[in-house]
Amino acid sequence: MVSMEFVYLAIPLASLAGALIAGFFGKQIGRSGAHFVTISGVAVSFILSLLVLHDVAFEGAPIYNQSVYTWMISDGIRFEVGFLIDGLTALMMAVVTGVSLMVHIYTIGYMRDDDGYQRFFSYISLFTFSMLMLVMSNNFLQLFFGWEAVGLVSYLLIGFWFKRETAIYANLKAFLVNRVGDFGFLLGIAVLLMFTGSLDYYEVFARADTMVAATMQVIPGLDWSVITLACILLFIGAMGKSAQVPLHVWLPDSMEGPTPISALIHAATMVTAGIFMVARMSPLFELSTTALSVVIVIGATTAFFMGLVGIVQNDIKRVVAYSTLSQLGYMTVALGASAYSAAIFHLMTHAFFKALLFLAAGSVIIAMHHEQDIRKMGGLKKYMPITYWVSLIGSLALIGFPGSAGYFSKDAILIATKNADVWGAGYAYMAVLLGVFVTAFYSFRMFFLVFHGEERMDEHTRAHLHETPAVVTVPLILLAIPSAIIGWLTIETVLFSDFFDRAIIVFEEHGAMAAVAEAFQGPANFVLHGLAPGPTWLAALGVIGAWYIYLKNPQLSNRIKSKVEWLYRLLDNKYYFDRFNETVFAATARGVGQVLWRLGDALMIDGLIVNGSARLVGWFSGVVRHVQTGYLNHYAFAMISGLILLLGWVVLG
Amino acid sequence: MYADWPLLSLVIWTPILGGILVLFAGDKEPAGARKIALVVSIVTFLLTLPLYTQFNTETHLMQFVERQPWIDAFDIEYYLGIDGISMPLILLTSFTTVVVIISAWEVIQYRASQYLAAFLIMEGFMIGTFSALDSILFYIFFEAMLIPMFLIIGVWGGANRIYATLKFFLYTFIGSVLMLVALIYMYTQANSFAIFDFHHLKLSLNEQMLIFLAMLVAFAVKVPMWPVHTWLPDAHVEAPTGGSVILAAIMLKIGGYGFLRFSLPITPDASAELDWLIITMSLTAVVYIGFVALVQRDMKKLIAYSSIAHMGFVTLGFFIVFRIVNSGLGDQGAALALEGGMVQMVSHGFISGALFLCVGVMYDRMHSRQIADYGGVVNTMPVFAAFMVFFAMANAGLPGTSGFVGEFMVILASFKASFWIAFLAALTLILGAAYTLWMVKRVVFGDIANDNVAALKDINKREFLFLAMLALAVLALGLWPDPLVEVMHPTIENLLNHIANSKL
Repeated sequence: MVSMEFVYLAIPLASLAGALIAGFFGKQIGRSGAHFVTISGVAVSFILSLLVLHDVAFEGAPIYNQSVYTWMISDGIRFEVGFLIDGLTALMMAVVTGVSLMVHIYTIGYMRDDDGYQRFFSYISLFTFSMLMLVMSNNFLQLFFGWEAVGLVSYLLIGFWFKRETAIYANLKAFLVNRVGDFGFLLGIAVLLMFTGSLDYYEVFARADTMVAATMQVIPGLDWSVITLACILLFIGAMGKSAQVPLHVWLPDSMEGPTPISALIHAATMVTAGIFMVARMSPLFELSTTALSVVIVIGATTAFFMGLVGIVQNDIKRVVAYSTLSQLGYMTVALGASAYSAAIFHLMTHAFFKALLFLAAGSVIIAMHHEQDIRKMGGLKKYMPITYWVSLIGSLALIGFPGSAGYFSKDAILIATKNADVWGAGYAYMAVLLGVFVTAFYSFRMFFLVFHGEERMDEHTRAHLHETPAVVTVPLILLAIPSAIIGWLTIETVLFSDFFDRAIIVFEEHGAMAAVAEAFQGPANFVLHGLAPGPTWLAALGVIGAWYIYLKNPQLSNRIKSKVEWLYRLLDNKYYFDRFNETVFAATARGVGQVLWRLGDALMIDGLIVNGSARLVGWFSGVVRHVQTGYLNHYAFAMISGLILLLGWVVLG
Repeated sequence: MYADWPLLSLVIWTPILGGILVLFAGDKEPAGARKIALVVSIVTFLLTLPLYTQFNTETHLMQFVERQPWIDAFDIEYYLGIDGISMPLILLTSFTTVVVIISAWEVIQYRASQYLAAFLIMEGFMIGTFSALDSILFYIFFEAMLIPMFLIIGVWGGANRIYATLKFFLYTFIGSVLMLVALIYMYTQANSFAIFDFHHLKLSLNEQMLIFLAMLVAFAVKVPMWPVHTWLPDAHVEAPTGGSVILAAIMLKIGGYGFLRFSLPITPDASAELDWLIITMSLTAVVYIGFVALVQRDMKKLIAYSSIAHMGFVTLGFFIVFRIVNSGLGDQGAALALEGGMVQMVSHGFISGALFLCVGVMYDRMHSRQIADYGGVVNTMPVFAAFMVFFAMANAGLPGTSGFVGEFMVILASFKASFWIAFLAALTLILGAAYTLWMVKRVVFGDIANDNVAALKDINKREFLFLAMLALAVLALGLWPDPLVEVMHPTIENLLNHIANSKL
């Protein structure tokens, strides 16, 4: 029997090994070598993760919390690298490695003709390693490590096609916006270290009480509760990584990267790191209702308003991207409602159906010869039956069709939000409820425009349309299965058993999850409950609306567009966030730089002070030159005067 | 076996004598001169290794001490020794010199032996500066070091090298003259030039203030701190690649080292009194210079400004300690700040050196440092591009690289002093990434910008070697900084105890 320590260590290292071999020896091992080693590595990680999940969920394995090595000791503070394995970690590990494995296989087909084949495999395996280190961490140092490492890989992958100007613009933007979040995150970690003297999760949680009573004056005269400050700073980090308004701007642009990574990184796993982090920090967030209010309001705003933007997008990947933003908003709302387990549950179901939707979109893109505009598609159902059916399953899961995976997790969030009592919960409930309609509308708008109706592509493309090969469709089918059934199978374990005990702490006075538990009487009952008037009807309304406007009566959409042109324009410009950032932040930064350089450095310091004093010295030496007459008596006189002055100073001073 | 060896003398004089030997080898046979220079630098590096392996991490007392009377009339001694703050810098020096010698191999054709000799001699002077415990001996090494650097920029530099060398020389010279005055004044009080006698010298607050300011000018110019930094971008732009590497990697560190060896322990009360000044200057370096770096068009200038911003963390870490101790929340954080500043010095040595070498690699091929002349380098130099992106990420403070460690420590510690100090310091996360990665975007990524870029050849084995050496160092320190930090603990602790006691 191998010890569990070895297993835990092997899980991230298997992926890392694949990444290193494919990265450094890509030329030597060739294309098939590269995908063989990386897929083997991730497969090992996946199988071992399932083993761990099984142990934690069914064997009652005790929580593992151990250091791997001491990174540094300074000032008596131990900076460690180590693992914490509990229900939350085990679930995340399985999701990350599972989706990653599907994406690895799919990539064989999607990137077949790309010159950077080995490099791509190396990056996605490196990503898997980084993400595993993030979720398995037992301390804030390693969390930040993984946090930034996934950001690095995301940067490399968004800019994977580095010849495209749009891609290298998008990756820089993604990195910088994420850095704004990390800026808050790092300060949040500093607060925790300052008040608890430790970076270890359990030690920080154990000493969190000291932060409840303490206050800090950030702005003079204004006392801020330290725990609130810490939680909000941490949440700023989550807002960057999980793309919450206003730090969401990087995610739609990240679609410049190849589709497999949009599925893996920018939908299923990395962007959920913020959600995971807040859930992991539940013992801290529970202590500050102010912070929870901030979380729920930001989440609700993202959920509803980003969903609206999805309605006007025409790029197939961007529609899915805005849907991701909106769904991340749902998870954030759940966090704010203290329904952390519901957030993680939705994270899991979303990982499957959103990866599925992205990969299905990729399948369409392959078939369409890299055309991504849904206005130029239509009627693909008969050419691509597998892609059609899995897309339908994914879309139904996304809109919360009763019985699908998304139904269970989204309904849990809706009930929890309804029963939440933090400030802002009312607004949040309205937002997520209306969001159900919006989600159904944009999802099926896209679905109908792509797969049904008139065939709007050109003749050449139509002639070559056919279903994609098995390396593409098999992962789609493998993702479609959990998208359909995993909610039903796991809701009881994940939400209502002791699975997350000790990993997620909820105070009794935050009763949202308790209300969900009360409403839950077995999965079958839960589905029946969905048939009553409520969210499901809203979703149905959205689907019917999309069908009527985009299939039945295609001219209608243009008429609506011209009727409410201001609204269309607002959405089409994504509420002008990009333009605002570009004109205000980016331009100001460059302007400030220019002014400081030209005026500060060149004119003031160099011009006035440095060269000015050089001129002064020049003038002074000109004067002094006159003193040097060459006559001995002049010098003697100067020396004697100096001596007298010096003596006088010594005697009198 | 090393116990009886005068190791410090060996590592000071081996490169100096070796340099003179290289000089005699002459320019007729540059190949021979190169080989001798390489051997000398490697031998010196190997000789510095026992300084680490034999180092006693339990004591703050000076180790490998050598003490001889030298100029009896003025009580000047040949007095050497190292502790936890000088030893890492000596290893950094000997390591970087090997890198520089390799990097100069075929690149420098003009008076090659003199070029190499200048670096070896300078290495000896720099190690001397770090190990001198007699202040006059320190001062002599401190000044002597300028001469080879002056020649390196003046002889092998770019078009505007005369302006740059003069600016460089005058700035540093004015600073060091003031320091000399301070040293002589303290000699009159202590009747000794030994730095430790200065540490224990009773000084009034007024005396401390004057001494502190005199030394501040000397060290602030070296670091360089805003607003006495404008010599650095000019010097870097004109210096040959090797000169830039040594300047950035080692010479700037002497300013930081000076604060730890002289300012803090000799004038603790003045340091505490004037910490606001240093903190303001440091934060200005981080923020102001960060913005200035953003708009640079010359890659070397950009990296030079980035150096100033990163060195801001060093001085911030050193002078934030008073506010941490007085925060009323316990002393924890003070040692973190000091050690963070030290780690930042070592890390900056690797990273800025590597970035200057990267620019050098491109300059050797394109004869331009202008960002606008590049674009899409990755298409023709993929291996080089991987290194460049790696070092750029390290410069942006990515965890897992050494660039993260020091900044992380200083930001964490400074939070205890004040939210806003930490806030401003942490802006480097955004600014550092912005100026570094924007440059990378314009230079490395994109489609091939012009025919010159299309004709680029990827790095050869020699270039791979020196970039890989630095990449390994950056990675090792980022993944496991403890071996570096560990050697500092007793010294830093002792320093903190020392400055906690007022001299008044």
